[in-house]
Amino acid sequence: MAHHKLTVRQYAILGMVGLCAPLGDSCLSRGMTHLPAISLDHLGTLLAAVFTPWIVAGIALLIGFFTSYLTALSWADLTFVLPTTAFGNVIMALMARFWLHEPISIQRWTGIVLITIGVGFVANGPSRTERPLMDAAAGPISAVEEEQMR
Amino acid sequence: MTVPAAFPGPWSAAGMIAAVVLCSTAGEVLVAAAMKTIGDLDKIRAHSGMKGAIRAVITCPLFFAGVSFLALAFFALLFALNHLDLSLVGPASASLTLVTNAIAGKIFLKENVDRRRWTAAVLVCVGVYLLAH
Repeated sequence: MAHHKLTVRQYAILGMVGLCAPLGDSCLSRGMTHLPAISLDHLGTLLAAVFTPWIVAGIALLIGFFTSYLTALSWADLTFVLPTTAFGNVIMALMARFWLHEPISIQRWTGIVLITIGVGFVANGPSRTERPLMDAAAGPISAVEEEQMR
Repeated sequence: MTVPAAFPGPWSAAGMIAAVVLCSTAGEVLVAAAMKTIGDLDKIRAHSGMKGAIRAVITCPLFFAGVSFLALAFFALLFALNHLDLSLVGPASASLTLVTNAIAGKIFLKENVDRRRWTAAVLVCVGVYLLAH
């Protein structure tokens, strides 16, 4: 594997991947816990839940996550991008500690350290598996050329 | 006035989390395969503009297959969040998805999941668990 050096812009996109997902999930959780219990017999009510304010905010954040996630996947491996999604949990825990002054237990600090080490481990490695034949056949150039043909 | 949901049994909870994990793994692997086929979106956008980048993505059948599974995963998540706490569903599904994606990435996407990436997946997995408890 050759080492693909990431640009500042690409790190920013990975940052968006990490931040938007946990914020979006928090909004969805807030929205869904305020709704009455939904049974398997009334799954249609799940569709109605989509139009409540917290779920709308959650979906907007998850669209931001998905856009940056797709961009990241176009230049990095899935197993490189996924650990960075967990880094958002670390940022949220640190915000809770230093902004909201919530206490963080030793167990949580251990979790923060483990995630940071894990993400650092992956970030220092190659971002993409090199496949010379496949990359030449189906790389970005072929997609651009396909655009030119349209 | 809202009626709180009764907490389901351990098997039901495991089933709900498994549905989220399986659907999101299938979706993420299909979307990753689609994006690998399409190529670097930044380069496509620089060359053909935003419309060209959007067209390159939405004309890829693999992308739609992936998005369909991710939509299923989304509704499975909404259903699970309606019955279980976020502190259980969030970390459990995130941790398990990391491991299943590492396995699926190696098998289906032929990614080089070396010792460094396995170690990272396990560290992040344990870290997410500790962070949520």
